[in-house]
Amino acid sequence: MASSLHIKGIRKAFGKGDKTVEVLKRIDIDVAPGEFLILVGPSGCGKSTLLNIIAGLEEPTEGELHIAGRNVIGMPPAQRDIAMVFQSYALYPTMTVADNIGFALEMRKVPKAERDKRIHEVAEILQIGHLLDRRPAQLSGGQRQRVAMGRALARDPQLFLFDEPLSNLDAKLRVEMRAEIKRLHHVSGITTVYVTHDQIEAMTLGSRIAVMKDGILQQIGTPDEIYRRPVNTYVAGFIGSPTMNFIPGRVEKAGEGGRFVFDGGALDLPCPDGPAVTLGQRPEHIHLAADAAWRGEVVLVEPTGADTYVVVKTPVGLITVREPANTRVRVGENVGMTVSGRHNNWFDQTSGARLTAMDSSSLFVG
Amino acid sequence: MKSFENLLPKLVIAPGFVLGFAFIYGLMIWNGVLSLTGSRMLPNYENFVGLEQYVQLWSMDRWYVALKNLGIFSVLYVGGSMLVGMVLAIFLDQKIRAEGWLRTIYLYPMALSFIVTGTAWKWILNPSDGLQKLVQDLGWSSFSFDWLVQSDYAIYCVVIAGVWQSAGFAMALFLAGLRGIDDSIVKAAQIDGASLPLIYWRIVLPILRPVMFSIILVLSHLSIKSFDLVMALTAGGPGYATDVPATFMYTMSFTRGQIGLGAASATMMLATVAAIVVPYLYSELRSKPHDR
Amino acid sequence: MTVKSLTPGRVFTYGLLLVAALFFLAPLYVMIVTSLKDAEQIRSGNLLSLPTTLSFESWHLAWNSACTGVDCRGLQPYFWNSVLMAVPAVLISTAWGAINGYVLSMWKFRGSEVLFGFLLFGVFMPFQVVLLPMSQVLGVLGLSSSIAGLVLVHCLAGMAGTTLFFRNYYTAVPRELVNAARIDGAGFWRIFWRIVLPMSTPIMMVTLIWQFTNIWNDFLFGVAFSGADSKPVTVGLNNMANTTSSVKAYNVDMAAAIIAGLPTMLVYVLAGQYFVKGLTAGAVKG
Repeated sequence: MASSLHIKGIRKAFGKGDKTVEVLKRIDIDVAPGEFLILVGPSGCGKSTLLNIIAGLEEPTEGELHIAGRNVIGMPPAQRDIAMVFQSYALYPTMTVADNIGFALEMRKVPKAERDKRIHEVAEILQIGHLLDRRPAQLSGGQRQRVAMGRALARDPQLFLFDEPLSNLDAKLRVEMRAEIKRLHHVSGITTVYVTHDQIEAMTLGSRIAVMKDGILQQIGTPDEIYRRPVNTYVAGFIGSPTMNFIPGRVEKAGEGGRFVFDGGALDLPCPDGPAVTLGQRPEHIHLAADAAWRGEVVLVEPTGADTYVVVKTPVGLITVREPANTRVRVGENVGMTVSGRHNNWFDQTSGARLTAMDSSSLFVG
Repeated sequence: MKSFENLLPKLVIAPGFVLGFAFIYGLMIWNGVLSLTGSRMLPNYENFVGLEQYVQLWSMDRWYVALKNLGIFSVLYVGGSMLVGMVLAIFLDQKIRAEGWLRTIYLYPMALSFIVTGTAWKWILNPSDGLQKLVQDLGWSSFSFDWLVQSDYAIYCVVIAGVWQSAGFAMALFLAGLRGIDDSIVKAAQIDGASLPLIYWRIVLPILRPVMFSIILVLSHLSIKSFDLVMALTAGGPGYATDVPATFMYTMSFTRGQIGLGAASATMMLATVAAIVVPYLYSELRSKPHDR
Repeated sequence: MTVKSLTPGRVFTYGLLLVAALFFLAPLYVMIVTSLKDAEQIRSGNLLSLPTTLSFESWHLAWNSACTGVDCRGLQPYFWNSVLMAVPAVLISTAWGAINGYVLSMWKFRGSEVLFGFLLFGVFMPFQVVLLPMSQVLGVLGLSSSIAGLVLVHCLAGMAGTTLFFRNYYTAVPRELVNAARIDGAGFWRIFWRIVLPMSTPIMMVTLIWQFTNIWNDFLFGVAFSGADSKPVTVGLNNMANTTSSVKAYNVDMAAAIIAGLPTMLVYVLAGQYFVKGLTAGAVKG
């Protein structure tokens, strides 16, 4: 049963007077029924607090929260009909897997026969049927994760909340579980809010991503929008690995046949009005070119198997360039660089804000 | 709805805490009030005498004897238990075969009542038939050990019995502390060329300072309360030579019919304990960050 | 444990530990041996000499007919008084501590830490300071000189310590567990019964044993608040060992001491690990 979620003007502050700390400044997000929204950002950005507020584990200082049209502020978690998966799984250690999964149903006085049926259904979906009689301590990390998800799934709630559920798993398991979560969302269609600090998880899992920093929503959009049209240098630098290269400089000539000059080089490409701007280029949009005017010295070569990342030291900073795996560049070489010129991100040098027309899907917050 | 969820925990512990606080602080204050009256056999709140009981207290030879004994006893009891406990812990930490058994043996006295300990040691230290007779029987015919009935030495008997009872506690804590020390630190020191005794003295013991502190805290507090042991071993005697504030208070209040004076002595005991404990508690609770 | 070679250092180590063991065991040995001798053997032998013939008479006397002041009924009535006092007091103070600990660690509210801090003083305070007022309170409640009165006092006095134990133990339980249960729909009591209590076995054992040992071994409250019919075994023992009336019968005294100490000794031998945990937990406060 998919429901919508409306976050309206949520603010959370601690302390009084001039010692007030605003953990969430003013958050407005509309989540459509069945959507998979990711809340991503560094530690301390407020994403977990926001999740707790949605869950009812914390109360906001101001604002409204509507789940399926009802304002749930003030309602205890048990009545919001939500399910949550925690980073540490939070399985009840003295109960069996089956009891863990069925606990919430037990609290809602669902008759035993129906409960058992549902537990088995869920165990089937998650392939943990053979673990039903075990205790959490006897399970591996991945198995515990599945049980935690089973517990949430058994509820058939209005909303699924995930709080960094994959952080405690090793890399390989994480990839597996990511696929599992995506599959479950596809099968169940339940509206999901998922918190993570890992931008790869964000990009692969979400239908929409909300990037947060210091309690402010920086940008909300599809993975594609966030990646290709980040709304400020923070979002641009946060999403994408390796990070986008930032080149601060001056617009010498604006417009289609423009020219951008910076310490140690200049580029001919369409420029905004400027004058003091920062150009952002992702490593895949910069290429090594033997006879280019913009030059630097190679300080690091990182082969990843499929590609090789070349880090070049230039007067304007370290520039990371993505080259094919068979490149023969070596550390210490002097190389030239060009940009493709078709994927330019321009940011105001002082504020870091994006300097082009606003998209309908991005949120521009000062 | 939400406010009930918030209210319930408070409601649940409220009656208990009210009772608990009434017991701890309410009665404490009451005792203070009592000490300001001239009560004798029975409490008499009409007879307000201000600090007279305290004046009288501090002019009594018996009180000074009690304080002196407390001083001697505390230092020797705490120091002795710690020393014995530390030595035992260090030696036990050397991968000993029968460690479990030995630990059990060193600790069992803690399970006993101080009355049982006092009764047993009273017999052992018996002037004519106890230790003295044993050693004489073993050949040393001029050995005499009648400390128990000697005014000047009786308090040391209390120390011996006390250390016997509590050294195991110090040992247990030291051992836990030693076990908590990262092996690699000791190994690094050995590679650096330090001998084992030096390692213990310069590296291990400083790390154990918090443990020592805990032990001193608990044992000091036990020694101030040391009522049972003295009562069983010497009943404060001979005369009042082994009186301690705890026995003084009891005798004055329940045997001598000097309730006001007894209350005053109790207040003094409280003040002494508070002086040690309150700063410690305050710093402990301050340093713990308030988690959600 | 690797077997280490027998160097002089090792010999010294074992030697020292052995001597220490003898020091700690000696009084126990003396107690047992003395209690098995008759008066003649005590006079002729010494502390360490074994009994020439085993005589259990002093045990009989100690239990049934030795004199504690004017009363000559042995230790038996006082032993049962202790049982009647200790069992309820231990159970009530432990349960009380569990609930307090549960609230203070998982349902914190503004000022709960401060409250806990103030309560903590109750673990350290000298109980001399409540003796006199408590006598009056018991009088007003009609509980003076009764076992129920003793139970009440022990519960009140023990509550700070038991709360400390449970609160510290529950603090180590991750908050997410409680949050998960709240989301699942469990309320305050349900979380306690279904989730927290089942996890509490270790601390429950520690607290029960710690409380039992302290309450059974207590003397101060026993001697201050009990009457002729409600004296606990510690008071009985002390009276018996200190009577100036008859000729001193050390064998009886020793037998009585063993009887009085047996329950806590037994608990220690059977469940010693919990006892030690209680000691170390109690000292690592906060």
